[in-house]
Parts: sequence; structure tokens; C-alpha cells
Amino acid sequence: MLVGLLIIVPLIASLLVFFTKGNTSRTVALGLSVVEFILSLVVLFQFKHNPASADLMLNCPWVESLGIHFAVSVDALSMLMVLLTTFLVPLIILSSFNTSYEKPNSFYGLILLMQMALVGVFTANDGFLFYVFWELALIPIYFICLLWGGENRGRITFKFFVYTLFGSLFMLVGLVYLYNHTGFETGIKSWAVTDLYQAGKSLNLQQQSVVFWCIFLAFGIKMPIFPLHTWQPDTYVNAPTQGTMLLSGIMLKMGTFGLIKWLMPVTPLALAEWGWLAITLSVFGIFYASCIAIVQKDYKRLIAYSSIAHVGLIAAGILSANQQGIQGAVMQMLAHGVNVVGLFLIADILMRHTGTREMEKLGGIRNMNGNFAVLFLIVMLGSVALPLTNGFVGEFLLINGVYQYGAWVAAFAGLTVILGAVYMLRSYQAIMLGERKDSAIAFGSLASTDKWVLYIICFAIIAFGVYPKPLNDLAEEGTKAILTYIK
Amino acid sequence: MKGLFIISGLGVLAMLAEIFKFKKLLYPLVLIGILAAYVTNFMEWNNNTSIELFANMMRFDNVALAFSGVILVTAFFWFILANDYFEQDHVTDHFALVLFALVGAIMLTGFSNMTTLFLGIEILSIPMYVLAASRKRDLASNEAGFKYLIMGSFASGFLLFGIALIYGATGSFDLMAIRSFISHAQGDLPAFFYAGVLMVLVAMLFKVSAAPFHFWAPDVYEGSPTVITALMSTIVKTAAFAAFMRLFLVVFGGVNESWSMVLAVVIALSLVVSNITAATQNSVKRMLAYSSISHAAFMLMAILANQRGMASVSAILYYSLAYSVGSIAAFTVLYNVSKAKDNANIEAFNGLGKRHPFMAACMVIAMLSLAGIPITAGFFAKYFIFSVMIGTTFKWLIILAILTSAVGVYYYFKVIIAMYFKQEDGEQEVTMETSHVLLLALTTIFTLALGIVPKYVIEIFS
Repeated sequence: MLVGLLIIVPLIASLLVFFTKGNTSRTVALGLSVVEFILSLVVLFQFKHNPASADLMLNCPWVESLGIHFAVSVDALSMLMVLLTTFLVPLIILSSFNTSYEKPNSFYGLILLMQMALVGVFTANDGFLFYVFWELALIPIYFICLLWGGENRGRITFKFFVYTLFGSLFMLVGLVYLYNHTGFETGIKSWAVTDLYQAGKSLNLQQQSVVFWCIFLAFGIKMPIFPLHTWQPDTYVNAPTQGTMLLSGIMLKMGTFGLIKWLMPVTPLALAEWGWLAITLSVFGIFYASCIAIVQKDYKRLIAYSSIAHVGLIAAGILSANQQGIQGAVMQMLAHGVNVVGLFLIADILMRHTGTREMEKLGGIRNMNGNFAVLFLIVMLGSVALPLTNGFVGEFLLINGVYQYGAWVAAFAGLTVILGAVYMLRSYQAIMLGERKDSAIAFGSLASTDKWVLYIICFAIIAFGVYPKPLNDLAEEGTKAILTYIK
Repeated sequence: MKGLFIISGLGVLAMLAEIFKFKKLLYPLVLIGILAAYVTNFMEWNNNTSIELFANMMRFDNVALAFSGVILVTAFFWFILANDYFEQDHVTDHFALVLFALVGAIMLTGFSNMTTLFLGIEILSIPMYVLAASRKRDLASNEAGFKYLIMGSFASGFLLFGIALIYGATGSFDLMAIRSFISHAQGDLPAFFYAGVLMVLVAMLFKVSAAPFHFWAPDVYEGSPTVITALMSTIVKTAAFAAFMRLFLVVFGGVNESWSMVLAVVIALSLVVSNITAATQNSVKRMLAYSSISHAAFMLMAILANQRGMASVSAILYYSLAYSVGSIAAFTVLYNVSKAKDNANIEAFNGLGKRHPFMAACMVIAMLSLAGIPITAGFFAKYFIFSVMIGTTFKWLIILAILTSAVGVYYYFKVIIAMYFKQEDGEQEVTMETSHVLLLALTTIFTLALGIVPKYVIEIFS
């Protein structure tokens, strides 16, 4: 039942927020998202002590005759993803306190609605329910980007929507195809995840390949993987900061999570046959996105491309299908979620204080605000995966994992770690160090909410860099469970 | 079945109202009558004692009752939408025509003889020809009526010829007799029988406006008064599909190899032509007309998957309900917007999100449902169609349907983008009557509820 609450609370919260007005909206939204975070900690506590508890499962029939159930549950993997979501959403809401949006009730209501869908995606144990939540997550973010986005938002958000919907529909076909192959022995068709796994394994290579590419298309677009990424940079840059944070911090993980839970165990034969191609695309994407990131002038766009590079490495780690690869991917998903939210907040702070994100116009901000410089440095180091930051654990495991798959992959992936350091350090240098280039630009002290968000993020970066064990244990457990299905 | 009598009685009453001068009472009477018909429908459910009527000319089994239920619900919504259509001239005539069209529609859900099929189609079509032309001083409306009449009569000719050929081969008009003749003949049927089946198919495809028999639809839809367009794209479609289904799932299911490839090609053509043409339309009314062709193609897919039996039937039932309710909501908004701005173009919707947030939000739900996005009814409708199709040999149609659905999202979202993203340019304030506000609220809740608990419709026959 607890896990049911995890989904219901944000839903109720969003409905409540729709009926508030003015500045109360954001306070109510923040309060309720903190409630959700506490709730997820309670679930974590329960999970630690009694993983088989009935509180962590919910299964009631939805359309019984078609085998569709409202089945959600928490395992190690989904626990981590839920924690990431519930941890980031309050921060995302808090980070919006210095921007005033029109119709704040709709804005925060949509964020919370999105949270509900995200938690649903991560906990769903029924293929159909997974698909419904997956699509449901798209609607609020589409409207967040459409209503509060920047210039050209109509065209750009539309491209984003059509791209992802297109992929999702192919995933639906793949899932329905699997569903049609369930229940050979019993004669009863079912959408339950374990039945879909079994159905997938009963298929021959050719059938599995069709299912693999249908579903991979959806996840590949969501992450995004080269060459399906063309919607991403424009959407990230044009979305309001909170929308970008939701997209990159959490929504991107829907794709990688889906890859682990809903694709790899379903089509092991196709994975063995086609894995090389998917990995090549991912790794090429890292290289390609890093090179483009290096020449970017707009800082937000640079982070957008760096996100493609990171997710490419995560996907390669997952597709290499070994313990280190997947475990590293899970760790990196958590780290990237936290870091990228920090980076986008920094881009937003720069925009608000100086009116520009063009790195050529900025410079010497460290002299004006040393405090900000330190916080920025920590987030930046986390994102280039320096040892003792949260990014290091995942990246180390990932490169270890892809090395087991093939040395050439690891060579490429390693190269891109270097490229990542290049564009991150260079951008930091351009923005913060040196002399101020435009005397009109002043940079006062940070607003207290921004400061708090950055403090929390920096704390998380260092704390889980120094002591990653609790998360790592969960990631290991989740990976082992998935690997038993793949093998 | 009693519903049919009630609606017929209402039609006669409407004509008498002109003579006995109770025109004002007519509107509430009709609403009550439709509700009463719905209630009798409900009471006859699972009550199989007297389903065969008029010497076995009609057969009101559960499938027929379910479809006439959809028609009656839609009719109720439609009468709320069309309230001021009945405040202009020729009030009683309009009432009578609409009600008789409803009679035809209900007959089409429950026929069990080729003659009642023909009667039903004609009773439905003839009032529609007149209603299409009911704005008699408007050139476009006259053109619509005329075009509809000419093309419709032509299709009726095909239908009659087809029925005659089938009668020639089987010696009966009775559906069950034809069915058992087919199964006993075991493929040993004369060639003109197949010609007859194909002619009936062509006539029915014309009625549901599938490509390449769709050319009348956009002009007729655009020229007719908006409320009549709503009537055509909901009730007439549902009725035509109920008839189509009964003919091709039940009667001609035994000879599906003769028509399924034809139908598959027709579906493919409809999907491509309708979606691509709809994407280029500037008039929302015309866009909805083309999109209705694409929805017809979806429902035809369930007929194509005829070996799935009852699963196909409930998929069509769900689809027609979801589509009708979504369309009524869309047409309500379109009607109010085009009344205020004096045109039905996409620009008329600019800035509606700011001016009238409630109306815009309801339009969003309607568009999402028509585009097939979860968790609206339209999503489940498309899903059920996919799930009956995936077991057949026509899997390539699913891929085509997905590709064209993505195009569909483009034109439905054009409306959403116009409402929320574009600045309003005109001065005219869009206002809405209370009854329309209620109707919008009702249809929106209905659309969402159908999506959240689809089992009450999809499991209705089990």
C-alpha cells in the first residue's frame, strides 16, 4: 500500500496546487513534494528491513479480460530511481523561487503531475501500466515547455513531442507483440513483467530482433542516443529551467531505466546479435556530442550536449550486459541526475544575474562572488567525475564494464572522459576566472533559495563520492536481480 | 427495441407540434424521450425473450443494444450541443428530420435482413441529405446537400445491386440464411455472388467515407451547418459501422478471403490520404472531416481482423463511443469559436487558452483523445484495435497506422499550439452558454473516465 501512496500523493498534490493562487502555489508544491520525499524514505526504510513486505506491492486488476493490472512494486533498482525523483523534485521546485512564472498554479501542478507519472514509470510491474505512465509523463512536460518556454517554443516542443510519441508507439507494438506470446502453457495472456520476460525468451532470433528494435527506438529517443538526439539540444535550451531539469535530471533516466528493466531481459538473443550496433551508436554519440559541446558558446547548450555524451556512456554500460556495466550505469544515472540539475541551475543563475549565457561575454565572476565560484566548482568536478565526487564511482564501474565487453569501446569511452573534462574545465575557466569582459555585468550575492539548492546538491555530490556504499549496495542488488533474467 | 418505437413516436410528435402549437415543449420532450429510450435499452439487456421481431426482420441482441446505446448517448449530447439550431426557422421540421435519422441509425444496429438494412440506410440518409442543405440561403450548404444526395444515391444503387446478386445466389434476404448458405456451399459459390459481396462492400465503404470513396465527405462536412457535421461524424458513422460489422463479421465472415485484401488496401489508402490531407488543412472543420476518415480506417481494421470475433466487436464499440464523445466535445468548442469569430479556421483558436481557459482545457483533452494519447479514451480505442490486429496476417497495417498517427498528432496539436502559443488578433469575445459549459464538462469527464475504467465497455459482452 505504501507504494500506492507514492503514486497517489503527487497526484493529489498536483490537484491541490491547481486550486491555489499566486505565491502560495509554490509553497504548497514545495511542502507536498517534501512530504513525498519523506514518504519515499519511509519506503526505503521498509525496503531495507523487509523487502518482501506487502506494503511494497500493489496489484489490482484494471482490465481483467485483457490481463491488464495496476501492478506496482519496489525493488532495489526502482527504489533508487524513486529516491532520485523524490529527491530532485523539491530541489527543482525550490530552484524556481526566484523566477516568477505566469499562472504558477498550473506550472507547479504540472510538475507534480509529472512526478506522479515518473514514479509510476519506475515502479510499474505491468507492461501496459508502464506504457501508460511512460506516455503520461510526456503530457505535463510538453505543456511546461510549450507554455513557459523561450522563443520558437511552439515548433521545438512540437518536434520533441512527435519524436518521443513516435518512439513510444513502436514500443507499444513491441509490447503488444510480446503480450500476444504470453501464456503458452496456461492459455491466459498477461502483461506482468515476468510473463513478458518469458514470452520474449520463447521467441526466435528474428522475432526478438523486431521486438528489440521497436522498443529500443522508444528508449533511444528518450535518452537520447545518436542519431535520435536531434530534438534534444533545442528542447533543453528552450524549455524553462525547471522543465530542462525535469527532462535531463529524471526523464532521461526513464530511457536508461527502461533499457535495464524492460528491454535487456526480454530479448537476450537479439541483444547478443545486435548489441554491437547499439553500443557503437552509443559510443559514437559520446564522441560526437563531446566534440560539439567543446565548440558551444551558450552554456546551457553546452550542458545539453554534455548530457548526450553522459547518457551515451550509460547506455553503452547497460548494453554491455555485465555486472560492472549495469551497476555503473545505475550509479551514474543517480550522479548525473543530481549534477545536471546543479549545472542547469547554475546556467539559470548566470542568466538571471548577468542576462546572458554566452561564455565569451562572461568572465571574472569569481572575483565578484567567491562563494558561488566554489559551489560551481564542486558541481563541475562532480560532473567530470573526479575521485571523491559522486560521478567517479559510476564512471569507474562503467569503463570497467565496457572494457569487459571490448577494449576498443573502453578506449573510445575513456577518450570521451578526457573530452568531457576539456569542455567542462574550459567553460568554468571562461565564465568564472580571468578578468571581467563586459563591465556592465555585475554579479551580486546569490538568493538564499539558490544557495540552499546548491548547498544540498554539493553535499550530495561529496557525501556520495566519499561514501557511496549505501547506494552502491542497492545498485549491486538490483543489477544482480536483472542479470539473473538476462543470463 | 422499444427505443426504436419511442424515437419514431417522437418524430411523429415533432411533426404534429407544428399543427398543435407546442413547439416550445418539443425540446425537453425530445431529451426526455431519448433518455427513456436509453432506459428501455438498458432493461432489454441480456433479456433474450423477444429479440426477433417483424417476422425475423430485426434482431435486437446485446450487440445491437450496445450500439444503439452508443447512438442514444451521443444523440443526447448532440441535442444539448444543437440547442440553438432548433431556435431558427423550420424548427419542427429539423426535429423530425433528426429524429427520423436516429430511427434509421437504430435500425442499422439491429437489422437481420437485407431489406431492413436497405430501409435503415435510406431512413438514415434521406433526412441527412435535407439537413446538410438546411441552411437554405447558404450556397455551400446547398452544395453539400446536393453532393451528398447524388453520391449517396449512387452508393445506394450499388447496395441494391449487390443485395440483388446475393439474393440471386443464395435465394434469401435473411442474414442467417445467407450465412448458413455460405458455410454449406464450402467455396462452391457462383462468381456473381462475390461480385455482390464486393458491391455491398463498396456501398458500405461509401457510407463510412473510406478512401477512395471519400471525396464527398470533406465538402459535405464543411458546407453543412456545424452541428449537422457533428451529427454526421458521430451518429451516422457509428450506425454505419454497426451495419458494416454485422454484414462483414457475421454474414460474410465465411468468404473473407474474397474481400479482406480489398479492405486492407482501402484501409491503407484511407490512413495515408486522410492524415496527409488533414495535415495541410487550414479549416478546423475540414481537418476534422479528414480525421474522421482516418478514424473510420481504424475501425475498419477491427472488421478486417474478423477472425477475432467478439474482441473485434467490442473494439469497434469502444472506438465508436470514444470517438463520438471526443468529437462532440471538439465540435462544441469549434461551434462556439466559429460562431464568435465567424470562421472555422485555425486562426480563430488563437489565444483561446488565455481568453477561455476552461474551453481550451476541454479542447486539449478532446484533441489528446482523438490523437490517441493516454490516459484518454482515444488511447484505449487505438490500443484495442492494435491488439485485435496483431494476431492477423495484416501486421504491416499496424506499422502504417502508427506512422500516420504521428502525422495525426501534428494536426491535432496545431490546434493546441494555436490556443496556447499564438496571440489573439481579433476583438470578438468567445462566449459560451451554460448548457454548453455543462456539455463540455460532461464529455470531458466521460472521455477521461472511459480511459480510466475501460473495462465497463470493453468487457460488456463477457
